Amino acid sequence: MSTGQVIKRAKYKTSVKDPGTPGVLKMTENKFLFRPNDPSSNKKLEVEFRFIQSHKNTKEGSNKPPWLNLIHSQGHSYIFEFESFPDLHVCREFVGIALGKSGDVAKAVPTAISAEQLSTAEMELRIKLLREDSKLQKLHKELVIAGKLTESEFWATRKKLLDKDESRKLKQRVGFKNSMIFDTKPTSDGRTNQVTFNLTPEIKYQIFALKPAVHQAFLNFVPSKMTEKDFWTKYFRAEYLHRTKNAVAAAAEAAEDEELAVFLKDDEILESEARKKVRWVDPTLDMEADQGDDYTHLPDHGIFRDGGKEISEAQYQLYKRTFLQDLNRQGAVVLEGRTLDVDLEHPRTVAEALARTRQESDGDIEQERLNRISQMTLIEDLQAQDNHCFAPLCIKDPREYFDSQQANAVKTLDDSQVGMEQIKCSLPSDEAYGSLRVSISNLKAMGSRDPLVSPEIALTILNGLTKNISSTKYHLGKNSQESVLDILPSTTKEQLLDHWTSSQELLRHYWSSYPITTPNLHTKVNRLKDAISQIYSKLEEIKVSARSDLRHQVSLIVHPMQQALDAALLHYDADMRRRTARGQKSNGYV
Amino acid sequence: MKFQIEDVTVYFPYDNIYPEQYSYMLELKRALDAKGHCLLEMPTGTGKTIALLSLITSYTLSKPQNPVKLIYCTRTVHEMEKTLAELKLLHNYQVQHLGPAAKILALGLSSRKNLCVNPRALAAENRDSVDAACRKLTASWVRMKAAEDPETPTCKFFEQLERVDSAAMLPPGVYTLQELRAFGKEKGWCPYFLARRMVQNANVVVYSYQYLLDPKVAGIISKEMQKESVVVFDEAHNIDNVCIEALSVSVRRQTIDGATRNLDKMMQRIDKLEEVDRGRLHAEYNRLVEGLALRVDMPATDAWLSNPALPDDILKEAVPGNIRRAEHFIRVLRRLVQYLEGRLETENVEKESPVAFVTSILNHAGIDQKTLKFCYDRLHSLMLTLEITDTDEFLHIQTICDFATLVGTYARGFSIIIEPFDERMPHIPDPVLQLCCHDASLAIKPVFERFQSVVITSGTLSPIDLYPRLLNFNPVVSRSFKMSLTRDCICPMVLTRGSDQLPVSTKFDMRSDLGVVRNYGRLLLEMASVVPDGIVCFFVSYSYMDGIVNSWNENGILKEIMQHKLVFIETQDVVETTLALDNYRKACDCGRGAIFFSVARGKVAEGIDFDRHYGRLVIMFGVPFQYTLSKILLARLEYLRDTFQIKEGDFLTFDALRQAAQCVGRVIRSKADYGMMIFADKRYSRHDKRSKLPGWILSHLRDAHLNLSTDMALHIAREFLRKMAQPYDKTGGINKKTLLSEEDLKKMVDGDTNDMLY
Repeated sequence: MSTGQVIKRAKYKTSVKDPGTPGVLKMTENKFLFRPNDPSSNKKLEVEFRFIQSHKNTKEGSNKPPWLNLIHSQGHSYIFEFESFPDLHVCREFVGIALGKSGDVAKAVPTAISAEQLSTAEMELRIKLLREDSKLQKLHKELVIAGKLTESEFWATRKKLLDKDESRKLKQRVGFKNSMIFDTKPTSDGRTNQVTFNLTPEIKYQIFALKPAVHQAFLNFVPSKMTEKDFWTKYFRAEYLHRTKNAVAAAAEAAEDEELAVFLKDDEILESEARKKVRWVDPTLDMEADQGDDYTHLPDHGIFRDGGKEISEAQYQLYKRTFLQDLNRQGAVVLEGRTLDVDLEHPRTVAEALARTRQESDGDIEQERLNRISQMTLIEDLQAQDNHCFAPLCIKDPREYFDSQQANAVKTLDDSQVGMEQIKCSLPSDEAYGSLRVSISNLKAMGSRDPLVSPEIALTILNGLTKNISSTKYHLGKNSQESVLDILPSTTKEQLLDHWTSSQELLRHYWSSYPITTPNLHTKVNRLKDAISQIYSKLEEIKVSARSDLRHQVSLIVHPMQQALDAALLHYDADMRRRTARGQKSNGYV
Repeated sequence: MKFQIEDVTVYFPYDNIYPEQYSYMLELKRALDAKGHCLLEMPTGTGKTIALLSLITSYTLSKPQNPVKLIYCTRTVHEMEKTLAELKLLHNYQVQHLGPAAKILALGLSSRKNLCVNPRALAAENRDSVDAACRKLTASWVRMKAAEDPETPTCKFFEQLERVDSAAMLPPGVYTLQELRAFGKEKGWCPYFLARRMVQNANVVVYSYQYLLDPKVAGIISKEMQKESVVVFDEAHNIDNVCIEALSVSVRRQTIDGATRNLDKMMQRIDKLEEVDRGRLHAEYNRLVEGLALRVDMPATDAWLSNPALPDDILKEAVPGNIRRAEHFIRVLRRLVQYLEGRLETENVEKESPVAFVTSILNHAGIDQKTLKFCYDRLHSLMLTLEITDTDEFLHIQTICDFATLVGTYARGFSIIIEPFDERMPHIPDPVLQLCCHDASLAIKPVFERFQSVVITSGTLSPIDLYPRLLNFNPVVSRSFKMSLTRDCICPMVLTRGSDQLPVSTKFDMRSDLGVVRNYGRLLLEMASVVPDGIVCFFVSYSYMDGIVNSWNENGILKEIMQHKLVFIETQDVVETTLALDNYRKACDCGRGAIFFSVARGKVAEGIDFDRHYGRLVIMFGVPFQYTLSKILLARLEYLRDTFQIKEGDFLTFDALRQAAQCVGRVIRSKADYGMMIFADKRYSRHDKRSKLPGWILSHLRDAHLNLSTDMALHIAREFLRKMAQPYDKTGGINKKTLLSEEDLKKMVDGDTNDMLY
């Protein structure tokens, strides 16, 4: 919108199979032009955007070339193949804006009608939402641009959509990846004797989380004793030593360099933490307690070298941190999750923030621990069962369901044949049916408390629906995949769907404006009423214009919509009558 | 619910009961009536423990004139806690229905480390240091000294307990270790000694196997248990190994060095005592002449691990003359240590019988068999006389004396094996002299003799006729129960091939094959993508697990696996393993599940449940055979063949399969639970291996699932999980009840519908 026009190289194709004519595509605010490279070609184009109904494009990453498809309102389409996806994106965005705008311009109802002043960011967000969702865009065009609803009214019911984008980031914090220890591994190019470590702030943070000793060392050494670079070099040297599994070399190096030793030694902080944590562990898991209890751990007690036991080299135990331990540590860290939310750019701040979070204490775990044991000991299925009867729902073929419903519908007509019907119905399980019957008869006898809908109404609705559905099914025949809508011509279908969404939207606004307390609401209701009656008449048109064999179906579909609209109109009239009866008060006052 | 089993009214804390639980109780009740021992195998996940506890407590309640005490042995402390939690549930129920009359005292007993509340003693790191720290504060001479000199530190908890003396009582109730500690803290009494004292009066005692089986411990703790007790060994499928371990000793270089140092130290003390207080040594000498190996009225705090041999033999005889004097005894020990040191310096593997060994000691060191036999008690007496409190410093000499006593006592059922190095690592010289017991019945014999009923029970005791032979006893009841299932909630599979149709196995020549490693990895990867919640993998050994995890890491499979689930691993460090398990559970609670790598025969396989969402799939990678080249195993196999006519191959397979069954049995805890079990090794498809699996697994192992490849297993897993997610009728329909209510039971007793039972 800001640039006013876009010029890109593209190939114009009349159809998907067409190899395309290379040329230049130029888009301005209200039209687009295509000039082929070969001036003799007759594939010149100049189309105004207001004739363009919608646009489509291929997705990046699919194996199709970057195509933009502009669909003309008369049905044919213009396909442009761009040289790259970025080009496509630029153009697509432009088209999106232009299409939205062409509507605006055409109807000359500027969005500025809204009283509130919108920030540009919010405006952009709205535009983005519209662009992403073509259905929403359509609705917007029909309601707002046609003046049936104001911009702010339209968006008021979609607060969630607007909020979502900003809050999304805050709600969920991204945890650690479960592949941390793999990330911190070096890469080697295989030819030279060199390994490369890739260090990002993220990785530094991960290392701190995984290894409190390194973290502690960082706080101690940097920057007072060494630079950050030296620190990491040293760290990775230690890692490398460790990776080569040369415990002897590691021990030797550690003896010479005390800072290096910090990295090679077992992590004392971890150990003390572990000892602390073990005290809180579920006693049914606590294997540490056994150590003192069986006497087999006494030195030289029992069989030292029998087939079942393991051998381990105790030498250089200090410098032998195993991969398995690393895995366990990683699991624990991932599970704990990310504990801080700071900028990862400066390792020093990260390190300090991390140190602060480590100090939190455990609360009242004891009680929770006891509760957990008692829960764990209960054998669930031996306890008395709560008597929730249920019918296993298992619909493999929807027709089966409708068949049985039809049977029920017939049954309601002839109540005397209760026994017979039971056999006819093909519910999967007799018991399910039985329990359903019992609960229904219970309801019959006692009535349900505070019913949402009064039973009579519910019954009529159910009956009506069931009859309609079964009759529809009858018409459709055995093709269970299709719904009624599918048999209608596509134009009618689309019209119906459009009317449905817009009438829903209108009705929502309509009912929410009662009681009318402000002049604004009054005008809104009037506006809505007009729009409603418009739709009503359009529905009527559709009904009349439908093909005779389909007319029944269409009227069935339209009927509930019209009913809803009727109700609104009736309410409007009644309200108006009441108002006038009470005498014309000053406009807007209730 | 409440129901009758013959003349006993059973109080059961749930509203329903599984039919097999009922039958289990019935058999158990008959065994109690007959006052005999019994052997009961019931699948995991059918509520063995609660059935057992409610029957035995109800049995006592119904027959108040001759109450039976229940001694419940578990293998681990966490199982102890679990048992006590179940007992608590039961006890609450019984009290609720019967009033205070049903109150019992039940407690768990563990080592000082798990019960101590003294911050000073607790500061010590491991059990032996806690023990020693406790002794330093509570030994009789320390307390005597403290009486004179108030500066001497003592334990205030113990002092307070002593002060109230017999008034110190635990009110009836069920006490877990934690509650015991809390109680002790509140009252200011030492929980450990309080528990030790209350063990005599308690109706139910829960403790570790060792407290009964290891004669060193049993002598102190279980000495005064009355004959009218029911002893239960739960999860007893490994009981033969526990018995054997209890009577085996090994001597290594470190032991010899340590023992030498111990002897030097003791000699110094003796010299010092000669100067200061000659009377004390003399008194000891006189006591030994009188033939009392131990002071009978010894205070509880001085109690030491008692003689590893049968206590009766010792008390009857006098201590031989040549070791009555302290310095003579030290000299004898020195000769013994020297002799053992000489024997360790061998270059070949040597195997000897105890008789030959004793003769050789007599010839070379001049110590006769009777002297050897008394070593342990003589050392004990000497250490008391010398007032040695830091017992953990003297473990090595204790080991030597333990060894001497065992060699001197048993002429058969043992062998002595000297190995210069471990065959798996021949480059590292590590000589070891092992006295290994082959006969499990030796350690358990006193238990069978002393107690009225001994119940051995587990989920895997197949073949059930083998255990009476191994343990040498005659059960009055020996039964294996099947599982009545409402639906097929377990799905065992035998996977023999990977997706590429190459066989998988951990057979020695195949296990390092990259194809096998990859196929195992792919199997886990595919399963991780299909199975929700927890997956548990068992490997045949730590070293194998270490190797395979590292190679999965190298070829990238591990990374792929970890995209699906977090991975936790059992290591040889128990603290780390405990935390890993805790994290594993947390991860499963989060909803995405996790994978736990564990080792068959390891600590986790023995006692941790992976029920419900903590385990929906167990994969057993390979057949967990013992290391068959081990000299000790060979000696044991030979003994089994000669004595019990058990074939080597049969025993090895039996042992491997019971471990495998034990591993996979961890997933089921109740019938509402469900889980899959994959035996990933081509050898499981062979009939001789497979048939050793317990019946409850075999009955669900369909023929179609005997020879699967990874993709087929994946398909079955998908189907199974989908099926299990559906709601179902928990009572099992009309024809075959799998869940009985009180009414059902009544009907069953009235009409003779025993066909419902298993």
